[in-house]
Amino acid sequence: MYILAIDTSNQVLGVAIMKNDELVGEVITNVAKNHSVRLMPAIDRLMNEVNMTPDQIEKIVVAKGPGSYTGVRIGLTTAKTLAWTLNIPIVGVSSLEVLAYQGRFFESYICPFFDARRGLVFTGLYKWKENKLQLVGEECNMLFEEWLDTLVNKNEKVLFLSPDMNKHYEMIKAKLGDLAIIPENMYQIAKPSHLALAGSHYEAEDTHALAPNYLRLAEAEDKWLKAQKGKSKNA
Amino acid sequence: MGEFSMTNETYILGIETSCDETAVAIVKNGTEVISNVVASQIDSHKRFGGVVPEIASRHHVEQITVVLEEALTESGLNWEDIHAITVTEGPGLVGALLIGVNAAKAISFAKQKPLVGVHHIAGHIYANRLEQEFDFPLLALIVSGGHTELVLMKEHGSYEVIGETRDDAAGEAYDKVARMLELPYPGGPQIDRLASEGEVTIDFPRAWLEEDSYDFSFSGLKSAVINKIHNAKQRGETLKNEDIAASFQASVVDVLSTKTLKAAKQYNVKQVIVAGGVAANNGLRTVLKEKFSSTNIPLLIPPLHLCTDNAAMIAAAGTIAYEKGARSGLDLNGNPSLLLK
Ligand SMILES: [Zn+2]
Repeated sequence: MYILAIDTSNQVLGVAIMKNDELVGEVITNVAKNHSVRLMPAIDRLMNEVNMTPDQIEKIVVAKGPGSYTGVRIGLTTAKTLAWTLNIPIVGVSSLEVLAYQGRFFESYICPFFDARRGLVFTGLYKWKENKLQLVGEECNMLFEEWLDTLVNKNEKVLFLSPDMNKHYEMIKAKLGDLAIIPENMYQIAKPSHLALAGSHYEAEDTHALAPNYLRLAEAEDKWLKAQKGKSKNA
Repeated sequence: MGEFSMTNETYILGIETSCDETAVAIVKNGTEVISNVVASQIDSHKRFGGVVPEIASRHHVEQITVVLEEALTESGLNWEDIHAITVTEGPGLVGALLIGVNAAKAISFAKQKPLVGVHHIAGHIYANRLEQEFDFPLLALIVSGGHTELVLMKEHGSYEVIGETRDDAAGEAYDKVARMLELPYPGGPQIDRLASEGEVTIDFPRAWLEEDSYDFSFSGLKSAVINKIHNAKQRGETLKNEDIAASFQASVVDVLSTKTLKAAKQYNVKQVIVAGGVAANNGLRTVLKEKFSSTNIPLLIPPLHLCTDNAAMIAAAGTIAYEKGARSGLDLNGNPSLLLK
């Protein structure tokens, strides 16, 4: 079974091809450049490199966010349309889960996160149990400071993984001290091969229904809902 | 066998996601609609009083494969029958355009079909060719929420913009005035309806600009309407909304139709085409028909479902581009400010 994995949910652009349990090829860049322009050519080039044609792909795995709204949609649109056109199964995997795979051999908590502006982060807490990566508690969008306070209370080591580490390093160290494990930059970046691996464990989803994992309402919707609540209070 | 078809039929798939409609269509030979599916988001944006780009993009990504499937199923065709994938490249909302563009690229790659990016306005013009064959030179008046343009075409696929708005699009002015009158979104059809019940009692300004210019300007008119309403309120007068709508519409339609007629005569065109969402406006249709009835220049106004955004028009315009040899690469991007060339 050939799996094509696609990740444009954050700054990293990643494409991987996996055959059964083996990695066939992987492309990854970590530069602030346009995903929309570069994704399809990257897939095309990698397929050429490994001598594959589109009709050989048997399953698509896509990173469904959280992350950049536009980036997530570029990946998802490409993945969904490929899956629908080729009539093959598709799986969406949380971008946080993909990143957490970098902690494959870490025995305590793994905390992947993406900066979500204004002190907020998209984050979740994972742990390897019985050779499986497990989500411990829900993924969320919350103030990083509050999130770190809940981690301090666990009083256990936490592996922090994030492409936005520079911005948050000081606060993590200040709050968790030696409980915080922060590896080098290349471990802070999601790998498309990990995405392919994660996706190989999941059952296919309904192609049409597969939607981004935004973890947040659109701003206009959020404001509108708040205004509605205000109205009903005043009424 | 099978490689060479005995017929010269060309089937083109079109995708359009430049604003708040997710649309896919298949058109035969650039003139015949085989399938035409439009998923409108109008209800999702109503409560915000206008199109919210982020919400539009969210809907597109959820709808795109659903609409693709419906259009292909409805056509009864297979991928082998489709010659090329065409898609709106711009202008429009960038996040919305990206959904159609990336879907088109994915199909083009998966099925190894030629890909052609299409200008949205070229699409609006070619909506008319689904009704009647073009006769060149022709003049197209495009009026929509984002556009007010006069385009001269000397042959298929060649576009010369001879006039355009210097500030607001006509449709934008409609939306703003509708908001002033507290009409529900979308405001254009509401004003058109009110106008038909009112009288032209207020002499709103007409921006003719320079003598020889085919450009438009609607911001002055918009301000005049706002001032009129404010002043009346301050003096405790009540203006009838119907009369405001009728007077406003009279000003817009007067400028649009006068400039269109003048250009049609100057360029000696054989056809005049009206395109874009505002082409659905009754006031504009009526006055244009009146003005052109005294000439021998045929006036083409497409049926309502082809005036608003759809993908059949993109496939129709895309057919011409495809036949002229235009091809886009897998690096095609959405371009919110694409120029018509
Ligand atoms: Zn349009």
